[in-house]
Amino acid sequence: MSPPELASLPDQPGLVDAYVPLPDCYDEMRTPEGEVRPHWQYLLDALRTLGPAGIEERWGESRRLIRDNGVTYNPHGDPRGMSRPWELDLLPLLIRSDEWAELERGLIQRAELLNLILRDLYGPRDLVRLELIPAELIDGHPGYLLPCGGVECAEGRPLIHYAADLTRRPDGHWQVISDRTQTPLGAGYALENRVVLSRVLPSVFRDSHVHRLAGFFRSMRRALTRLAPQHGEEPRVVVLTPGPRNEAYFEHAYLANYLGYTLVQGADLSVRDGALWLRTLGRLERIDAVLRRLDDVWCDPLELREDSLLGIPGLVQAARLGNVTLANALGSGVLEHPALKAFLPALCQHLLGEELALSDTPTWWCGDPESRARVLDDLDRLIVRPVHPALDPTPIQPGTLAPEARARLVRAIETHPRRYIAQEPVVPATAPALIGRQLEPRPTTLRTFLIAEEEGYAVMPGGLGRVHSTPEAALPLSGQLGGLGKDVWVLASEPERQETLLPLSEITPAVVQESAVSSRVADNLFWIGRYAERAEGLVRLLRVTIFKYAERSDYPLSPASSSCLRALLEALTQQTQTFPGFLGPGAEERLNDPVPELLALISDRSLVGSLPQTLEALGQAAYSVRDRLSADTWRIIGDIEALQASLADHPPRVLSQALDELDPLVTSLVAFSGLTQENMTHNEGWHFLETGRRLERGATTASLLRSTLVPVAGEADENMLIEAVLGVTDSTITYRRRYRGGTRVGALLDLVFQDEGNPRALAYQLAMLGRLVTELPRGDLAVGRTPAEKLALKSLTDIRLAEINQLIQVDESGQQRARLAEMLADLNLQLAALSDAITAQYFRHEEQPHSLLSRVAEVPV
Amino acid sequence: MRYKVQHVTRYDYADPVSLCHSIAHLKPIDTRAQRCLSASLRVDPWPAVSREHEDFFGNRVSYFSIQQAHRALEVTALSEVEIMPVPTPLPERTTPWELALERLYDRGDGLMSDARIFTLPSPQVPLDDEAHAFAAVSFTPGRPILEATLDLMTRIHREIEYDPTATTVATPVAEVMRQRRGVCQDFAHIAISGLRGLGLAARYVSGYLETLPPPGQVKLQGADASHAWFSVLVPDHGWIDFDPTNDCIPVEQHITTAIGRDFQDVTPLRGIFYGGGQHDLSVAVDVNRIGEAVD
Repeated sequence: MSPPELASLPDQPGLVDAYVPLPDCYDEMRTPEGEVRPHWQYLLDALRTLGPAGIEERWGESRRLIRDNGVTYNPHGDPRGMSRPWELDLLPLLIRSDEWAELERGLIQRAELLNLILRDLYGPRDLVRLELIPAELIDGHPGYLLPCGGVECAEGRPLIHYAADLTRRPDGHWQVISDRTQTPLGAGYALENRVVLSRVLPSVFRDSHVHRLAGFFRSMRRALTRLAPQHGEEPRVVVLTPGPRNEAYFEHAYLANYLGYTLVQGADLSVRDGALWLRTLGRLERIDAVLRRLDDVWCDPLELREDSLLGIPGLVQAARLGNVTLANALGSGVLEHPALKAFLPALCQHLLGEELALSDTPTWWCGDPESRARVLDDLDRLIVRPVHPALDPTPIQPGTLAPEARARLVRAIETHPRRYIAQEPVVPATAPALIGRQLEPRPTTLRTFLIAEEEGYAVMPGGLGRVHSTPEAALPLSGQLGGLGKDVWVLASEPERQETLLPLSEITPAVVQESAVSSRVADNLFWIGRYAERAEGLVRLLRVTIFKYAERSDYPLSPASSSCLRALLEALTQQTQTFPGFLGPGAEERLNDPVPELLALISDRSLVGSLPQTLEALGQAAYSVRDRLSADTWRIIGDIEALQASLADHPPRVLSQALDELDPLVTSLVAFSGLTQENMTHNEGWHFLETGRRLERGATTASLLRSTLVPVAGEADENMLIEAVLGVTDSTITYRRRYRGGTRVGALLDLVFQDEGNPRALAYQLAMLGRLVTELPRGDLAVGRTPAEKLALKSLTDIRLAEINQLIQVDESGQQRARLAEMLADLNLQLAALSDAITAQYFRHEEQPHSLLSRVAEVPV
Repeated sequence: MRYKVQHVTRYDYADPVSLCHSIAHLKPIDTRAQRCLSASLRVDPWPAVSREHEDFFGNRVSYFSIQQAHRALEVTALSEVEIMPVPTPLPERTTPWELALERLYDRGDGLMSDARIFTLPSPQVPLDDEAHAFAAVSFTPGRPILEATLDLMTRIHREIEYDPTATTVATPVAEVMRQRRGVCQDFAHIAISGLRGLGLAARYVSGYLETLPPPGQVKLQGADASHAWFSVLVPDHGWIDFDPTNDCIPVEQHITTAIGRDFQDVTPLRGIFYGGGQHDLSVAVDVNRIGEAVD
C-alpha cells in the first residue's frame, strides 16, 4: 500500500510513526502512550493529503512570503547582517481552547500581580518594608531605577504590555520560564507568522477555527489611546526604536505601520516645556504616548545612563510631570529580576489574596537559610545564577564544574549567600517541527502577550512559538528570539466563537494615521532617491560600455580610434568618482585592459563608489525608513539586496557573466522607481525622495554629456558615442523617430539636454526640481524664494536660454567643445549647491546633546 | 548655629546652547542635626520649566530647562540652615561592628531595610578588594563600630594624600587606592567601599563647610567649594558622619545638602545641553555664620 514516491516523507502511516517523543518531557502532539492527541488529528490528515511534494511546496511558499515581506531578525553579530530572514516552521503549535482558557486566567493573574509589584516598588515600597521582598535584592538590581521612584502612571498601570515565556512541565502543566516587562518583543513576529501561515495553509487554517489575533492589536491601540494624556481629539503615539541596527528593527517598523503610529528614534524627539515633542520638518508636534522598544536605562541620558545616545534628555521628567505615557513605564525591567520568582507565591497571597495560578521554574534565593541549605544539598542538579546580571550574567551549572571550581562556588555561596539564586533546570516540552523532510520533536517554548484593557489584561489568543535549533532540551533559555518561529493556533471548540473577520483584516492597519516626516526620515528618503538613481545610472552606463567593448573585438586600438570607448570608460570613473580609475595615474594601462577595473566597479564592495557600495547604501537608507515603504517596494528592495549579495558572493570573472547579473538589476531598479512614483502618496516624504532622484539624474546626465560630447571625435567614434549616450539615457527610439537629418551632436543635445518633455533630459530634471522645491515646507519664510528655489530657477533658466548651435561649436584647438564644457560644469556646480541648500535647510540635525558632567565638572574638595 | 550659604556655579560656552536640561542637588535637606530654614535657586537665563521633587533618598532635586539660546549659565543657590549639634556616643560604648552588621537584617525594622541599599555596591563605588583590605585593618574582631570607623577615618586622613590635581569626578576607587592620593570625594568613596566590603551600611554625604571660622579656629580643607564626607549606621544611634579629609566627626561646621550611595546620586549640578562646544566652569561657595540658634 505504500507508494514508493511517498516513502521518504510523512506518508500514510509514516507521518507519525517516525515521530518518537523525547524521554522525560511532555510532547504536544503525542501522549506518552504513543497516541496522537485528538486536536492534532485534523492537521495531520491535512498534511497527509498534501503529500511530500505539497508540503515542500507550501514550505517554499512560506519562505518566499517571508522574504517578500522583508521579515528579518538579526541577533547581534550575525554575518548575514540586517537582512537575515526570519525563520518559520510550517507546523503551528496547536492548543485546545479549554486548555487555553485556563492558561489565560493564570496569565492575567500574573500580569495583575506584576503590575501591583511594580507600582509598589516605585511607590510606597511596602513589600520591601514588610520583607516580602528583600530590600537588597531590589535595590541592588540594575533594573531598579532610583530616579523613576514616585513617577505616577495613568490608571496605576505602569505595566501596559507584558510577555511571558512558557513551556510545559513533563506532567503537562504550564510553567513560566521568564517574564518580559521592559519592551516585550515578539507580538509583531507572531502576527507576521499568522499572516504567512494562513496564506500558505488557507484551508487548514479556515477549517481549524483558529482564534484571530487582530483583536489583540486593537486592544493595544485602545490601551495607548486611553492611557495617553489628552491634548487633542486623537492622542499622538510614536513607536520608539533604537534604530535599524537593532535585532528586531523589523518588528518595530512593522508594529508602527500596523498600528498606524510614527516610528521614531531618540534623536527625532526632544523634551520642551516638560512635554515630549517630535521634530518634523519645520515644526514640533506634541507626543502623548510612546510605545517604546528601547530598554529602560537608555531612555534618558539626563537621569538614567548618561552615555546613552539613543534616548531623550528630560524624558523621565516629562513622565514625572504626567505629560507623556510610556509603555511600559520606565523602570519596569526590575520585574525581569530572576530572583523575584522565589517570592511570587507569597506576594500573590499578600497582594491578591489568591494562590499563584501559574507556577514558575522552581527558584531559591540563597539569602534565605533554609533555601540555601536546600540548594547546597542538591547543587549538582541545579543552575546557579548571580542575582545581579551586572556582576556576571552567565548561569552556572555546578554539575559540570571541575572540583576546585565547584568548591569555589560553594564557598562563594556560603560567604555571600544573598548574591545567588538557584533554579531547577528547564525541561521544555517538545512539539513537532518540520526539519528537512521529517517531523521531529523539538524543544518548544511559547511566548504569550498581554495588554492592559480598562477591565484588566487581555491576552493575545495565540503567541509566538519558538523551536530550539537543537534537540538538547535543558539549556538555559535566552531572551533573544533565535531559533525557528512557530505560529500558535488556539483552536476554538465552536466555530461561532470566531470573530466575523476576514483573514484580510489581520494585515490591514486599524487606522491609518498620516505620520509626520522627521528631518531624519526626510534625509533618508532624499538619499534613497539619490542612491537608487545613482545605481540605475551606473548600471546603464556599465552595460553600454561593456556592449561597446564586446563589439570591438580588436580592442586595444590606436588611441585616436579608441576614443569612443575611452570616453565611456572615463565617464565611468568620473561618474563613480573612483579615481584614479581610467583618469588618474596609471589610467593608460587600465585603458589598455579595462576588464579588471570594470569588474571591480561591478563587484568590489571595498571600492568606494562601486555598484555594491551604492546598493548597500541604498539598502541601509531604505532600512532606516522601512515603515515608509510599501510591502511591494520593500520586496523590490529585497530583490536588489539579493542581487547585490550574489554579486558580492560570486563576483563575475568575465564581462559576459557580469552582463547577465546586471540585466535583472536594471529591471529591479526601474521597478523601484516606478513603485515610488505610483505607490507612494505624494506627500512631504515623497517630495524628498523625488528631489533626490532628480538631482542625481541631473548630475549624472551632465557628467555623461561632459565626458562624451566635449572631446571631439572622428565620425565613426562620434556615431558610436551618440549611440551610447542614447542607450544610457534610454532615448534611442525617440531620437530615431525625431531626427533624420541635421548635426547629430546638436540633435542629441536637443533631446537629452534641452528637451523638457524627455524624462531623461537634463532640462526635465531641472524643471521637476523647480516644481519640487517650491512644494517643500517653507519654514518661517512667508514671501520670496528659498535658496533652493533660487538655484533651481537659475539652472532651469540657463538651460532654457542656451543656444545649441553655439554649444556644439568646436574651439580653435579643434579638440573640444569649450562652451559646452563650461555650461555643463556650471550646471554641475549649481546642482551640487542645490543639494547643499536642501541639506542645510531640512536635514540639519539638531546638535548632539552633551553632558555637563564631564571631566571639568565641579569636584567636591 | 545658623549659616547662610551661597553656591554659584557658572558655565561659559564657546558656542550658543540652544536647549538644556539640568538637575541640581543644591537645596539642603532636613536631618536630625540640621534644619533648612530657607532655600532658593536662581537660574540665569530664566528657565522655561523649573520644578522640584524628592528623590529616592529624600533629597530635594531641582529640575530646570532653558529653551532660549544662551552662551552662559549661572546657577545661584541661596540657603539658610540651622545646625543643632547632636552629641556623639562614646566610641567604646557602641555595638561591636559584627553585631551592627547582623542588626541590618533585623526583620520588621523599616530603618534597617531602608539602610541595606547602602551595603550594596553602587555605580561609583564598586566593591574594591584593596579598599576592603584597607578597612579591615581597623575592624578587628569585636571592636566597637564607632571606634573602628574613627580609626579608619584617621588612617585615610594619614595615609591618603590630599591632592586636588590627582583625580577627577570620575576617578575609580581602585585608581585612588593605587595612587593613594585624591580629594574629599575620593576619601569618602574609599571609606564607603571598604565599609561595604565588610558588609556595613555606609553612605555618601554632600555638603559644605564654614568658609571662615571664628578667630582662633583653623580654616578647614575644602571650605571654598562643595565638600563631601561619609556616614555610617550605628545601631541605637542612627547615622553618624565622618569627615576623613579633616579627620573629624562633623559637629557644627558641616552643612548637609544631600545624601546618596555615592557622588553620582547627589551631584550638585548635572545637565545635558545641545550645542555649546567647549565650556568653562567656575564655582564659588560662601558659608557664613549669621548667629546662634534661637530656641
